[in-house]
Amino acid sequence: MYIQSYCHIKNDQLWLNGKDIFKDAQKNDLKGFLKNSYKNQNINYPKFFKMDNLSKLAILASELILSKIDVQEFDNNIALVFSNNASSLDTDRKHQKTINDLDDYFPSPAIFVYTLPNIGIGEISIKHQLKSENAFFVFEEFNAGFHRNYENSLIQNKKSKAVLGGWINVDEENYSAFLYMVSEHGTIEHTEQNLLKLYKE
Amino acid sequence: MENLKLEIKEKIIENLNLEDVEIADIQDSDKLFGDGLGLDSIDALELIVMLDKDYGIKLTDPKQGKSIFESIDTMSKYITENRTK
Repeated sequence: MYIQSYCHIKNDQLWLNGKDIFKDAQKNDLKGFLKNSYKNQNINYPKFFKMDNLSKLAILASELILSKIDVQEFDNNIALVFSNNASSLDTDRKHQKTINDLDDYFPSPAIFVYTLPNIGIGEISIKHQLKSENAFFVFEEFNAGFHRNYENSLIQNKKSKAVLGGWINVDEENYSAFLYMVSEHGTIEHTEQNLLKLYKE
Repeated sequence: MENLKLEIKEKIIENLNLEDVEIADIQDSDKLFGDGLGLDSIDALELIVMLDKDYGIKLTDPKQGKSIFESIDTMSKYITENRTK
């Protein structure tokens, strides 16, 4: 198995295959950075603005990779295997604020629907019409060995033709994304060591 | 009534995160759902919460929403007739 392509989103920058493709010089908060990145990448998907920051980050990172390939080439069977450290805590807190005071108890449906970390996976699946295997794991830190084994197993057991895997984490203004595409073709071998090396780039 | 319509448009744009939609883009008689503004089922729930939180109106039957949220005209008429705050 090979890593076909990979991307990073961190420090107000987008990186694809090790190359810096956008830097937001406006020193925005995370919401502003995600909006500017969306505009820079010409992603025409108004539903983006209704998502929480974790799902926005997932959509943005997935677009960097999926917009460069023909998803139908893989029969839309690209599994999604993500992990992070903060789960959906960022949005969970926002939801909690709407229900703390019994005299001012107005939970927002639009916030509540994002109180699970794997909702971002659903958003990507809807956008790209993926009806594939998916899982979202919560780890203390990026677990390259686990990802490598799980992703290889999906392809080797014919559960999927490719895997989009990686780390998508948001906790208030702290965020990072590292996504990569695994398939039977590519130049970088899909090993634990290579995943860790790319993750740390 | 005109001030209320303006207020509702502002709230809809802000609460439903309608990026790139301006107040002038929403006509009073435009359909809010379907081919109009393109709102979805979660937006409908947000509008029900908005009625409760901002105007003190509790919809006991969510099916009522279909006619109330048809347009800015229908919303403003319903709010004017039923608001408690």
